[in-house]
Amino acid sequence: MNLEEKNKINDDLLRPVFQTSRWFYVIVVLLGVIVLAGLGSWLYQMWFGLVVAGIKWPVYWAFYVTNFVFWIGISHAGTLISAILRLVNATWRRPVTRCAEVITVFALMIGAMFPIIHLGRPWLFFWLMPYPSERQIWPNFRSPLVWDFFAISTYLTGSTFFLLLPAIPDFALIRDRTTGLRRKIYGALALGWQGTTKQWHRLESAMQIMAIAIVPVAISVHTIVSFDFAMAPVPMWHSTIFGPYFVAGAIFSGIAALILAMAVLRKVLHLERYLHPVHFQNLGKLLLMMSLLWGYFTFAERLTVWYGNEPSEMAVFWSTQTGAYAPLFWTMVFCNFVIPFPLLAIRRLRTIAGTVIASSTIIAGMWLERFLIIVPSLANKNLPYSWGFYRPRPVEIMITIATFAAMALLYTLFSKAVPLISIWELKAGAHPRPVLKPQMEEEVEGLWGTRS
Amino acid sequence: MAHRWGMAVDLDRCTGCEACVTACRAENNISTAGPDQAARGRAKHWIRVERYYEGEFPDVRVKFRPVLCQQCDAAPCEPVCPTYASHHTEEGLNAQVYNRCIGTRYCANACPYNVRFFNFANPVWDTPLNLQLNPDVSVRGVGVMEKCTFCVQRINAGKTLAKAEKREVRDGEIQPACAQACPTTAIVFGDLNDPESAVSRLSRSTRGTKLLEDVGAKPKITYLLRQS
Repeated sequence: MNLEEKNKINDDLLRPVFQTSRWFYVIVVLLGVIVLAGLGSWLYQMWFGLVVAGIKWPVYWAFYVTNFVFWIGISHAGTLISAILRLVNATWRRPVTRCAEVITVFALMIGAMFPIIHLGRPWLFFWLMPYPSERQIWPNFRSPLVWDFFAISTYLTGSTFFLLLPAIPDFALIRDRTTGLRRKIYGALALGWQGTTKQWHRLESAMQIMAIAIVPVAISVHTIVSFDFAMAPVPMWHSTIFGPYFVAGAIFSGIAALILAMAVLRKVLHLERYLHPVHFQNLGKLLLMMSLLWGYFTFAERLTVWYGNEPSEMAVFWSTQTGAYAPLFWTMVFCNFVIPFPLLAIRRLRTIAGTVIASSTIIAGMWLERFLIIVPSLANKNLPYSWGFYRPRPVEIMITIATFAAMALLYTLFSKAVPLISIWELKAGAHPRPVLKPQMEEEVEGLWGTRS
Repeated sequence: MAHRWGMAVDLDRCTGCEACVTACRAENNISTAGPDQAARGRAKHWIRVERYYEGEFPDVRVKFRPVLCQQCDAAPCEPVCPTYASHHTEEGLNAQVYNRCIGTRYCANACPYNVRFFNFANPVWDTPLNLQLNPDVSVRGVGVMEKCTFCVQRINAGKTLAKAEKREVRDGEIQPACAQACPTTAIVFGDLNDPESAVSRLSRSTRGTKLLEDVGAKPKITYLLRQS
């Protein structure tokens, strides 16, 4: 790669950090207003109590817990995909990884809000944490909600490192181009990066360790989220399939979120040169695999319940197949399988537009999936006398919308601080040519895991 | 000898009059939700009389079953609580510590009987109900779970009285509000550790059955099945 090319990469990718268009402020204000409306809704709910929400006896968990599982699921985009692509040394990953890692960190932050938002007394949320209380009361370590706390805080810490570590050389790049306070901030973030061989070697080792460490953490996080349900003796919750089912669903929705984010970035930040159709093609293939896996899990779960014919489970089963929740269930099947499958399986349709359409329906479908796991089971629990039906109320809908705006807002603001494509990795890899098949030598290298 | 409080409910005797429901509300300071909120599922009934109908009109048979907290020995609500608000006492009761509850509502989800209730709003009573609160029972604020306590305040009072008189608690001396109000003595309360107590004898009945026994929560309430 010649100097001219390197300068071009620097200019293209650092442009959002140094130049701000009018549209940026418009978008930030727009998203900010929605986020503030969501915060207002939460304050309103705290002031009046959960009486303003739609949850009721016996459906005590609904939109908020759905959002919790959904956002923690989206967070698997990132770190997990990026770690796996790093570990198998897939060279096409280079422009993709940071977009994904950013999704992880922000989706986790948003997801971790919901266990607090849904509390009856959110101001006492810290009782979930093991802190040295003067009364020597510890949280109940048998409770899956306490496991959640540990799993999510571990994952958030790990994925923050995983995002910031490979950004160090880019922080240094920005540091060298700024003055004053910004230089100080980026200087601190760059941790004294000078680009010496020793430093490069340490960075590579650290990245390798983090990539290996983050995979089991990510898998354990969504398994533990699934345990919130699987541990309770509730019909169609109490299932051994939930751990892998949730992890698969999480990666599924995560890849979809990544494709959507990349498509938006490509248009808005004019990154057509870096985010090629080949990236959407490859992620589309991963998405196709996850769609098949999701379909398989859903089929396996439904078939075993139906064949087992256990009365309390059948009540929940039929409420989703033909009953009150059937329209949502079949919409979910369409969104997660029927629509994406041809779009992703047929090469001619696996374009940027095709993968974006598939990803959009998958995001909607996976949100519905989480809802359909939680609500019908609670609404049709063992004793028929205590059955109920849940309808959301405005405060729940507003907070749900606000989280999507919060994600977009955090992403937008982050794009001002850090280039969303890793500059040094792109340079190191001489970004891939717009061909559909990776180069032969790269494949061989990838197979043996050697570093290029 | 340690106590192990239990209950037997004779479904043959239950007429579905709901005196137990009313007595429970009065005894335990259960706030009213009002008709609108009740329709939205915010009403709290520590004890409810479930009605099941059999047959086609006009040959309809109604079955009543009072359902309250089953005070399970292996209660699913207890391990899931992150703050120990829901915990097991030495006498086998499933206690709910309101001050420790942060309102995750996980216990209510885990409970197969749906007998745990959430305070969606701060409690209000229409006058003059606000003037007749039971001073022995704490009033629960917004955001916490509550449920049947087997009238633990009466249990404690009975034990204190027995201790003051230097004797054991007599069978039938302690009665929760529902059992006391039941006009047909369908509800019998007592110590399961005393093999001669009325509740122990009824629990050994061949008609005895547990509600949702297959869930495995080991409830301490025995329902005596209808014979007629």
